[in-house]
Amino acid sequence: MDLDIVALSRLQFATTALYHFLFVPLTLGLSIVLAIMETVYVMTGRTIWRDMTKFWGVLFGINFAMGVATGIVMEFQFGMNWSYYSHYVGDVFGAPLAIEGLMAFFLEATFVGLFFFGWDRMSKVGHLIATWAVALGSNFSALWILIANGWMQNPVGAAFNPQTMRMEVTDFAAVLTNPVAQAKFVHTVSAGYVTAAIFVLGVSAWYVLKGRHLELAKRSMTVAASFGLAASLSVVVLGDESGYMTTEHQKMKLAAIEAMWKTEPAPAAFTVFGFPDQEARETHFAVHVPWVMGLIGTRSLNTEIPGIEELEKRAEERVRSGLKAYEALQRIRDAGSTANIPPDAKATFEEHGGDMGYALLLKRYVDDPREATDAQIKQAAWDTVPPVAPLYWSFRIMVGLGMFFILLTFTFFVLSAMRRLDRWQWLLKVAVWSIPLPFLAAECGWIVAELGRQPWVIEGVLPTAVAVSNLGASTVLLTLLIFVALYTVLIVVEWKLLLKAIRKGPQLQPDTLAEARARGHATLATARN
Amino acid sequence: MILHELISYEVLRLIWWLLLGILLTGFAVMDGFDLGTGMLLPFAGKTDLERRVVINAVGPVWEGNQVWLVLGGGAIFAAWPQLYAVSFSGFYLAMFVILFALILRPVAFKFRSKNESAKWRNTWDWVLFVGGFVPALICGVAMGNVLQGVPFRLEPDMQIHYTGSFFGLLNPFALLAGVLSVAMLVMHGASWLQLKTEGAVHERARRFGGIAALLTAVLFVAAGVLLYSFVSGYQITSAVATEGPSNPLLKTVDRHAGAWFANYADYPVLYVVPLLGVGGAVLAWMGMAGRKPLAALLASGASIAGIVLSVGVSMFPFILPSSVDPRASLTVWDSSSSHLTLFIMLVCVIIFLPIILAYTSWVYAVLRGKVSAEDIEQDRGHAY
Repeated sequence: MDLDIVALSRLQFATTALYHFLFVPLTLGLSIVLAIMETVYVMTGRTIWRDMTKFWGVLFGINFAMGVATGIVMEFQFGMNWSYYSHYVGDVFGAPLAIEGLMAFFLEATFVGLFFFGWDRMSKVGHLIATWAVALGSNFSALWILIANGWMQNPVGAAFNPQTMRMEVTDFAAVLTNPVAQAKFVHTVSAGYVTAAIFVLGVSAWYVLKGRHLELAKRSMTVAASFGLAASLSVVVLGDESGYMTTEHQKMKLAAIEAMWKTEPAPAAFTVFGFPDQEARETHFAVHVPWVMGLIGTRSLNTEIPGIEELEKRAEERVRSGLKAYEALQRIRDAGSTANIPPDAKATFEEHGGDMGYALLLKRYVDDPREATDAQIKQAAWDTVPPVAPLYWSFRIMVGLGMFFILLTFTFFVLSAMRRLDRWQWLLKVAVWSIPLPFLAAECGWIVAELGRQPWVIEGVLPTAVAVSNLGASTVLLTLLIFVALYTVLIVVEWKLLLKAIRKGPQLQPDTLAEARARGHATLATARN
Repeated sequence: MILHELISYEVLRLIWWLLLGILLTGFAVMDGFDLGTGMLLPFAGKTDLERRVVINAVGPVWEGNQVWLVLGGGAIFAAWPQLYAVSFSGFYLAMFVILFALILRPVAFKFRSKNESAKWRNTWDWVLFVGGFVPALICGVAMGNVLQGVPFRLEPDMQIHYTGSFFGLLNPFALLAGVLSVAMLVMHGASWLQLKTEGAVHERARRFGGIAALLTAVLFVAAGVLLYSFVSGYQITSAVATEGPSNPLLKTVDRHAGAWFANYADYPVLYVVPLLGVGGAVLAWMGMAGRKPLAALLASGASIAGIVLSVGVSMFPFILPSSVDPRASLTVWDSSSSHLTLFIMLVCVIIFLPIILAYTSWVYAVLRGKVSAEDIEQDRGHAY
């Protein structure tokens, strides 16, 4: 990949998104964990649950600030680096972003202030409402951003308007109820819950290992294990739903994830291991498990899953069909007024308009796609294959980790039920060392979803290479380097502050300590403050 | 769906032009006072305790206020996609500098008091200063450039080519607008600080706020005079198709002196808007002098609304004129989203904006009252 403007803009977007996505899952999940803990406090009146909410709230706050800081960048970057994209699909894509602001960000950000500052100013129930508002707000924001993202993967409910040269909404309900968006939303928020659950589990396990704050740590572990088990089960089940949607809508992405070069007779085998080679178009040292892929992908034994080479052939047909649409579009636009449009041009555009995005793939090679050579058309068809090896590996890391999270949370769920959370030291150590893993899984998930979409920014509609702003490569290189440097410094500072807050531990209030003494909890009564 | 045809495309475009003004005003008024407070932080607070008073005066609300900017960005994207595409990519480095400041701001709020070291805290205090000053300055500079026209071309397929440079933005008129914007937000932040604090911090805020209010009035009048004397406005010379497709290349545009004052000549009642800008600032100054901080805050908010809306009223129907290819200028009639999208987004705004205003008011009511040094020393409900 040359460091041209397209590559640099993609690199900048991917970098800033991957950084942002280090904070988002934890915010999503931790906000719910806080709300659960505070609900227990309000329902039972046991003040230790309030102190737990406050303690995890401090960690939430540090993470939340980073999420906010890196999130604004995401919203502005569409216009800054992807101005043709913004023009081309703003009519559809902008709406969920704006609704995200109206419905989610205001709720989340307005009440987060009350969460931190309102403890002494409000009734117990009043404060609980504020906490749930934060949790709801952050989860709503995931809903709307994934409706926007789902539309990039499966652009329903919109049509191209030759007069304005852009995609426009024809059916907003279809955009909202996009099945891909629904599947992605539940998968992504569940992944966030797992991230928070394992974060709470790991930090609490560390306290148990050190013999500190045992009452708080064990209660937190119980919440985390049960919440985490439910979430990690749903992340896998709903991830499977997401995979099923991919076979329906993004066949090429699925084939690339599986490194399935040729169409196999149904039901297809699942490749557990291997080294995909994009140039040779084969997977070296592949280990297959028969039937599994066909079952996951099609939920049947006799439906075929098309392989990469077959999809490439279909793409070539669509490039040629798209060229007819592109040619007709030029004639429609040359006509000037609506009345002068040649009827055959209109008919051709209506027939082939759905493939016009494929003609735009040629813009990488020629300014005017109508002048493309046969070799360039074939090259454009081959371009529809995303980078196979990174997808193949990211997917397997993500799925493997997902299975591990089920095992881990299930183990601690059982231990918690048996009241033996501190029974095995090595298990506690595993929990501590598992803290980074959900973040890794989330990053891999982002790569599968977004790298798997390439070469499209809007699947089948707008190629990524056409969507960028006409900026100087050195300008984008400069901002990219500054982003990386700034974010890296901030992450280091953030982790230092998180570690400092964790080492310092919770501050149990006098009423909690008094209650503990009355109940005879020795560890709590002598807890350090 | 034909429900959206209940409201004509022309009316929807007008409503969304008004909403653009309301959202930008909302950002300037709501986020404005905490940006202004950030600028005043190193000067209004001398000791660490005083500075914590200043920070905690905006501590619980700055996050919610900043959403006005995020919503502004999202709403422009949804309702005025070409404006979003041209301005954000054209002002690329300026936007980047704003982002840089806005990335540091939330972090500075959260990180600053988490470490005892004086050097650590002082560093983050200056970060908060920069985080307020830079966005205020650049937003003003951007407005100054928009009024003069921005160097961009559109190809027939709507590819955007911006031919200016970052330093080209820093011309004298735009810099004046930038300084005006800084003065305006310092006035606003100082009003807020007077309302929320007492003692030395309050007195310093009163002194800086008074100067800033007078400066705002003077600079705004000066900007108006310069705009009239030296800046050419734009005017559509072809027939105006208010219901036409959103394609800016279908019109012709002329550029001549005085064009930005044509709307006032046609509808003299519009002079109310700039008068509000000047009068509000003067009233804010009087409110501070007379020790009526709430009145001063309301007056400075009104002044900000007047100043921001003056830009829109002067330029209507233009939103973003092009200095190199005037016919490519973006106007209310040819750079909006589709009829259906404008309608859907209007429904969303009608549903959610009142809810937002309701709970925001509730939060401010819960948090009313002064932030005192004693509260902070005793760690009573102050997170920063």
